[in-house]
Amino acid sequence: MSLTTAQPAGPGPGAGAPRRDLRSGSLPRYFPAALLASSAAVVAGVLLAFSSFGFVLWAVLTALSYTVIVVAASARVESGRKAVDRLVTSLVYICFALAMLPLVSVLWTVLGNGLARFDGYFLSVSMNGVLPSMDAGGAYHAIVGTLAITGMATLISVPVGVMTAVYLVEYARGRMKRTIMFFVDVMTGIPSIVAGLFVVALWIILFGPGNTNGAAGALSLAVLMIPVVVRSSEEMLRLVPQDLREASYALGVPKWRTITKVVLPTSAAGLTTGIMLAIARVIGETAPLILTAGSSAVSINWNLFDGQMMSLPVFIYSQVRMGGAVNYERAWAAALTLILVVMLLFFLARMIGRLFAPKSR
Amino acid sequence: MAKRIDVSGLHVYYGDFLAVEDVSMTIEPRSVTAFIGSSGCGKSTFLRTLNRMHEVTPGARAEGKVLLDDMDIYAPDVDPVLVRSEVGMVFQKANPFPTMSIYDNVLAGARLNNKRMSKAAADELVEDSLRGANLWEEVKDRLNKPGSGLSGGQQQRLCIARATAVKPSVLLMDEPCSALDPISTLAIEDLIHKLKEDYTIVIVTHNMQQAARVSDRTAFFNLSAPGKPGKLVEMGETNKIFTRPEKKDTENYITGRFG
Repeated sequence: MSLTTAQPAGPGPGAGAPRRDLRSGSLPRYFPAALLASSAAVVAGVLLAFSSFGFVLWAVLTALSYTVIVVAASARVESGRKAVDRLVTSLVYICFALAMLPLVSVLWTVLGNGLARFDGYFLSVSMNGVLPSMDAGGAYHAIVGTLAITGMATLISVPVGVMTAVYLVEYARGRMKRTIMFFVDVMTGIPSIVAGLFVVALWIILFGPGNTNGAAGALSLAVLMIPVVVRSSEEMLRLVPQDLREASYALGVPKWRTITKVVLPTSAAGLTTGIMLAIARVIGETAPLILTAGSSAVSINWNLFDGQMMSLPVFIYSQVRMGGAVNYERAWAAALTLILVVMLLFFLARMIGRLFAPKSR
Repeated sequence: MAKRIDVSGLHVYYGDFLAVEDVSMTIEPRSVTAFIGSSGCGKSTFLRTLNRMHEVTPGARAEGKVLLDDMDIYAPDVDPVLVRSEVGMVFQKANPFPTMSIYDNVLAGARLNNKRMSKAAADELVEDSLRGANLWEEVKDRLNKPGSGLSGGQQQRLCIARATAVKPSVLLMDEPCSALDPISTLAIEDLIHKLKEDYTIVIVTHNMQQAARVSDRTAFFNLSAPGKPGKLVEMGETNKIFTRPEKKDTENYITGRFG
């Protein structure tokens, strides 16, 4: 079976002066797919013959043999440039697969372990009055806490973050601007537990020891969230063309109205995405919430200012620490819930972004 | 409502760099004045000082006098925002607001300033402005569609409609046709002819045929050498500038011998 078309030898037809041949040989279009399938089959066969079949080994050997053969074939039939192209294409795909591996693995594991306990009952009851080892109870109080604390953190950090970004892009100049940007970058690097300790210390000064509550947790998350919101909003505001600002000024519109009615609406879709990413960044934070909102709350508490509040990451942590089989099941189910909440938020962000996005027709 | 502009001894700086040196000129009301000259000679910079748009660029400042009728727009108690509602501007690149419909784009000047307006008055202003910009017939059935869906020439006429809807007395145009095809250019030039009955129009152009076609008076700007500030070389009736210029530089430029 011939998979290749031969490269024509010598210069093409043309009388007298040597003419450059613009044609080059090429592997048939189905070649890569066919080669991949056959090398996968052959490697599987060989491994089975040696009865040492392992999924990872099989994938690695397949990728390796495919890359070697496709590059060799391409170098033989096509040109050196195309061989390099095929080599790099293979490498890029392999890297993509490597990058996807942990993601798929995490989702698979969480789904596999979490589905055992993930049901309407788990989502709708708290741990109030449930002994840790009992086959009962759920994460409703943790969901409530996560939503309340993250919501409050968002309420604090979005106005602060977006307005800081507006200041940086529209007003700040020179040293002031560089200083603020430097401190925003420093804030991005604050370890989350330090943010938690900071708020605990603040609460002790303000309200005395032992009085931490959900609001303290929200504030510590806001400390972590603000720099993320500032940086992403800043990028989005810079993307708004200067033309539009000038068009607005030329109509006799003051600067503040230009910002609120032209710049912010034009970048609304990007701002929403940035805010959602910031929420996703903090919704899984555990350490500051253990320090601030507490890790032993078992009942439903919507009030940020009254007593301890459970949240999904802390719920996972405390269940794992209890160590029983049913506790592990609860932890996995809560992890699944947390992932679903984040996915739901991203979905919402996409919808909102689409709603705001400038339409062309 | 058209107003005369008197400029005397105007210097424009970018930081320490003198970009335009000592310009004095009179721009007549109800006429079209064209600025010509090679790239970088400061004609756009000078144009932007006529409604204080240059102040948007960090470090840019102007010294001298610009009288709008008898009002000095650089007087200390003058608000640049109010100057710009009196002296409108159309840019090189058509820039309708992407978040707004055609209808809202025309009303942008009023809406962005939160002017209260009845629905009927708004409809009338939109129709008048779009008719004034020769665009009404083309867009009357899709006023609620986004402005960015129009062709380049239509977008530019939409921007002109948006600029005239705030009822300025002067309209500055910074190379309004440089990104347009000949047919759209013709549409804009026809529009300029029509608009000069009501407005004082200043247009910057690289196209000398266009300057000859649309303008009543022409000003030629030039640099004495690269890196030196731009200067007003000569200004006069368009006919005269293009047939019997007084300065050698002007003649060289319009006959295409340099620049």
